[in-house]
Formats: sequence, C-alpha cells, structure tokens
Amino acid sequence: MKSVISKSIILLMIVCMTAVFAGCSAAEEPEGSDAAPAQGEELITIGFSQVGAESDWRKANSQSMIDTFTKDKGYELIFEDAQQKQQNQITAIRTFIQREVDYIVVAPVTEDGWDTVLEEAKDAGIPVIIVDRQVAVSDEGLFTCWVGSDFELEAAKACAWLKEYCDRQRIKQDEINIVDIQGTIGSSAQIGRSKGLKDAVRKNGWHLLDEVPGEYTQAKGREATARMLAKHKDVNVIYCENDNEAFGALEAIEAAGRKAGSNIRAGEIMVISFDGVSQLAIDDLRAGKISCIGECNPLHGPRVRKIIENLENGVTPEKYEYVDEDIFSAYEELTEIQTEGKSYPVKIIGK
Amino acid sequence: MSNISKKFKDMTDTGLLLTITIVVFFLMYIGAIVFQGKGFLKPQTFFNILNANAALIILACGMSIVMITGGIDISVGGVTALVSMSCAVYLDYKGGNVAASMLIAIGIGLAYGLVQGFLVAYLDIQPFIVSLAGMFFARGMTTIVNTNPFNVQNESFVALKDTRIIVPGMGSVNKLGKYVNAYVEIGVIVALIIVILMFCLLRWTKLGRSFYAVGGNKQSALMLGINVKRTKFMSHMLCSLLAGIGGYVYFLHVGSGAATHAQGAEMNAIASSIIGGTMLTGGVGNIIGTFFGVLSLSTIQNIVSSAGLDQAWWTGITIAAMLCIFLVIQSVVMARKKRAVKK
Repeated sequence: MKSVISKSIILLMIVCMTAVFAGCSAAEEPEGSDAAPAQGEELITIGFSQVGAESDWRKANSQSMIDTFTKDKGYELIFEDAQQKQQNQITAIRTFIQREVDYIVVAPVTEDGWDTVLEEAKDAGIPVIIVDRQVAVSDEGLFTCWVGSDFELEAAKACAWLKEYCDRQRIKQDEINIVDIQGTIGSSAQIGRSKGLKDAVRKNGWHLLDEVPGEYTQAKGREATARMLAKHKDVNVIYCENDNEAFGALEAIEAAGRKAGSNIRAGEIMVISFDGVSQLAIDDLRAGKISCIGECNPLHGPRVRKIIENLENGVTPEKYEYVDEDIFSAYEELTEIQTEGKSYPVKIIGK
Repeated sequence: MSNISKKFKDMTDTGLLLTITIVVFFLMYIGAIVFQGKGFLKPQTFFNILNANAALIILACGMSIVMITGGIDISVGGVTALVSMSCAVYLDYKGGNVAASMLIAIGIGLAYGLVQGFLVAYLDIQPFIVSLAGMFFARGMTTIVNTNPFNVQNESFVALKDTRIIVPGMGSVNKLGKYVNAYVEIGVIVALIIVILMFCLLRWTKLGRSFYAVGGNKQSALMLGINVKRTKFMSHMLCSLLAGIGGYVYFLHVGSGAATHAQGAEMNAIASSIIGGTMLTGGVGNIIGTFFGVLSLSTIQNIVSSAGLDQAWWTGITIAAMLCIFLVIQSVVMARKKRAVKK
C-alpha cells in the first residue's frame, strides 16, 4: 500500500523534472556557445524581428541578415519570424530586451503602434535599427536610424517608364486603364507604391479602375487579378506591388485566356511589378510577360552591419539611409527615364 | 510517509490536480532562472508574462467554468477579435468615448452568452457545434466591421493603454546603469480581480457549486433539485461575458483592431484550463489552477523564445509536449488515487 503511494510520488517527481528539462535543455545551447566566442572576443548579440516569409524579397532579406551576422564575424543573431503579426514582433522585442541583446533590428510589419515597446527598448538602453518599412512614432529619438528603400521613388520611376513607353508606342495616355494589386495595407511599401501610382495617374491622365489588396502573395495576387479581369473588361495594365503578386497575376491572365505582354494595342495585358529579387521574375521579364520591374534591393545585412560598426566606434549614423535602386525592362529603345527633374538609367535585360 | 499518503487520500481530485500544477509551475520557473539566468531573475520578466497574458487569464477562467459544467466554448478567441475590432472602429471612426467602448465589449459578450447558452441549455445542442458556429460568425463579423487592421489613435484610449502601474521595490538596473521601475498594465489588475471573483463564486456560492454538480453527474444534480438547464445556461453566459471582458483587456494590451487578433486564443484557454487541472469530462477544476495553467503555458513559451528557438513550431511542439505530460500526470495520479482509496 505504502509502496504504491511512494512510487506514484516518485513518478510524479520524475515527470515534473522531465517537464522542466524539456523546456530548459534547449536553453543550455546558446549559453554553451557563448563560452567559445570568436578570437576570444565578446560576441555582439543582435535581435532581429522579421515580418515573415511571405515573398521572395522577404526571404532574400532574411538570408542577407543571416549571412552577414555570423559567429565567425563576431556576431550572434537571434532571428524571430513574426508571421505577419505586429503583436508577435512586440513580444519578440520584449524578449530581446529581457535577454539584454546589444542591438535590436526590426523590419516592422506596419507603421503605427510602436511607441510603447520602443520606449521600453530605450529604457533598457538598447539601440533600435529599423529596416525596410518605416515606423510612425511620436518621438524620432525612439529609434537610432532607419535603412531601406524609397518606395515612392520606385513607383515614380516605374510610372515614368510606362508614360515614356506609351509616348514611344503612340498609345494615348488616356487609353491606359490600370488596376492596382496592393501589398499588405499599411506597410510602407504599399503606401509608397500606391501613392506613387496615384500621383502619376493624376499627372498623366490615366484611369485607375480599382485598388485591391493582394497581401504580397502569389495566391492573393492571382485571386485579385482574376476578380478584376472579370469585373473590368477594358483593363490593360496590372500594377502589382511585388513580384509574387505579379506571378499570381500572370497565372490569372493566362487562366482568363488573355495574353500578358507589352503590346497593349493588340489586346495584351501589361504587368508592372516591383522587387526584381528572384530569377523567376527576371526570366518573366526577359520572356516579355512582365514589362517593367522597379528594383527593391533586399540585401540589408551589410548595410545594417556598417551601421552597427559605426555605432560601436561611437559614430552617429544618418537617421534615414536610402538604398540606390535600378529599374529593369526588356524594351531596348527606352534607356533613360525622367521623374521630378532627375533622370535615371533603365537597366535593359537582354533577350 | 503514512502522513503524506493520508493527505494524498484525503485530497479532493480538484485539490490534487491544483497542487500538481502549482508545483510544476514553480519548478519550471526555478529551472528557467537556473538555466537562463539574467532575464528570468528580473521581476519585470514575470510581469511581462502577466501583461501579455492578462486577457488569456480572463478567457481561461470562463473556459474553466464551462468545462467544469461539462461543456466547451471555442468561440472566445473570435469574440476577442470581434470586441477589439468593434471597439477600435467605434473609438476611431465614430469618435466614441472609452467608457462606452467598454459597454460595447460587455454587450457583445452578453449577446453571445445569451444565444449560445440558450442553444446549448434549452435546445440541447452540442456546445462544441454551437461555439464552432459562434467562432466562425465572430471571425466573419470582425471582417465585416472592418477588413484592414489598424491601430487606435483615440487619445484617452491610448492614455489608458499606456498607463503603467508601478510595482514598488521590484525594478531593476538597466545596461546604462539607470534604475527602471517594474510595472504592470491595467489589464493585469482586472484579470486578478476576475480570478478572485470567480474563485469565490465557484467555492462559496450555490451557482458555483451547481456547476460542479452538473458537470460531475447530470442525473444526480437533477435529483438534488438543481436546475440543470439554467446552470448550463449560466455557465455559457459567464464564459461569454468573460470573453467580452477578456476581449477588451486584449484590446487594451494591443491597442489595435485586426481580424487575425487572438487567433488560437480559445485553444490556449483550453490548454491552460487542462494544465490547471480542469478535466474535459467536467466536474473537476479550480480557478487558481487555471491561473497557474496560463502562467505555466506562457512561461514555457517565454523560455522557448528566449532560448532563441522561436521558430513558431518550437512553441507549438513544447506546448503539445507539456499538454501530453499534464494529461498523463492527471490520469496516472487519478488512477493511483482511486486504487489507493479502494484499498
């Protein structure tokens, strides 16, 4: 009788301990690796909260960070995928603060709602570097600096390309009927690219038939384009706010029995896209399915590393650092475009 | 030894499972301090767990009550999202005030309780099915109220959201040598009050005792003169009301409305209740256990993520492992106890 009780209590203890160790055994690993830093120096720990893995751009962006901040370069990177939720990012930042990392890098999912948690990071004395999308905070002192793309300029360049193309092909500007497949609503890239398009529509007298969200994914891009093709018979330009949406749009155009291409006159539907990260997008450009791609460079790792090196040496970085970007097209006659008084070269992708 | 065995035998099922939960929680936290050190030694880490999970504590309290009565309610996550979105839209687009937005939250909760409770208790439909429909309805309605996620800018709401209640003597010194006070959010206070209220309700009121009676054995409860239908109805009423309040606390924590808010919250609430010693078969459970259940669940999540393993699936896997361990402990202990009592 007694033995049954004591046995069960022992069993209980064993199971409890297993539960504890199941949670903690993994925790030992980072501590163990801390013990052997490169060349006997302290590793600089960086907490990176990434939006997710929704697009090729995002994956290339994550990879760039992972490749840059390696142990043999003297860094320890804690990578957290927020799966498109701001709440997960806020939790991740709190975890970084709790772990007392040296730097926090955030690729924010949306622009608002960061004041509280950035305040906490500031209280903890940890510098915060924002990459890609921007944050709208009441006090700019809450983050150290931002590095990313000028999305509005990307859009302005792509629209300038479209305008020039029409001029050269003698297509009247008011024959252009555009549908905008937008990115994740509220993200800087969406805001910038949608605004750039709207400005150009107003300036050039194009018709913007509809704006629908495509969430930067192929599936949503396909769904939205299919819906738009059915709704608007006269659409001739699909403006996709990233490559993955463009892949979806191409599928939908083919499924609807139409042809994607630059020859609007012959009833083809022109696809304009952004990012130009994956080889697939460049291949589609070369094949003439996508007409123009506004480049968005995802390789932020080395740039963030330079900022961190500067901070380590006591140099204050620039508050906003824009990345230089190209515009790609396979249309050989157009080698230069002008927007807001500045001219930009067009990178021609040969057949 | 005989003393312990006597105590073991004398304990009620509820008390026994509660003890297990509390012991495991403390072992786990001590384990985290030993293996992960600095972060977990700071009181703010614990308060952050409370801040982030105040809403879950409230949802889990409601869940425990329906589970004790032998039912289940998987609509609570959906209700949370609906409450957040409705209040967000009301505050920002309709220029509403904060007090009225709280009434909206409670109103949504009560309406849900009324409908679901009626369907379950008086029309005798399976609670799982009713609340499944409720969940879909709430998620759908959230999108109808507003499709896109947005952060609330209403000033008095933001002020309320950012209110920090300083916990005296618990602060810590940061990297730059500055002393930072430890704090909790308002939601935590609300959650603690609800835990105490629900604990008292279940322990000392007639309604609370009828929940156990109905969940334990419906037939006997009926013979004892308990109004089984009304009791069931009340359990759903309470659960949905708490989902409304929990939804508001969630809203107060995140400060935004989004159709994806609180996804899987109902499952976390069920898991917390189970870890806290509430049995799915009904009749057994304790609010204090549920409270520690939420803490255990969120501490394990925190341990996993601060170990740098937060690749989403790791959290899922550890929770699954933890649930399994607890279910095994529960059934082993209950079986052993039954045998011990028989002898």
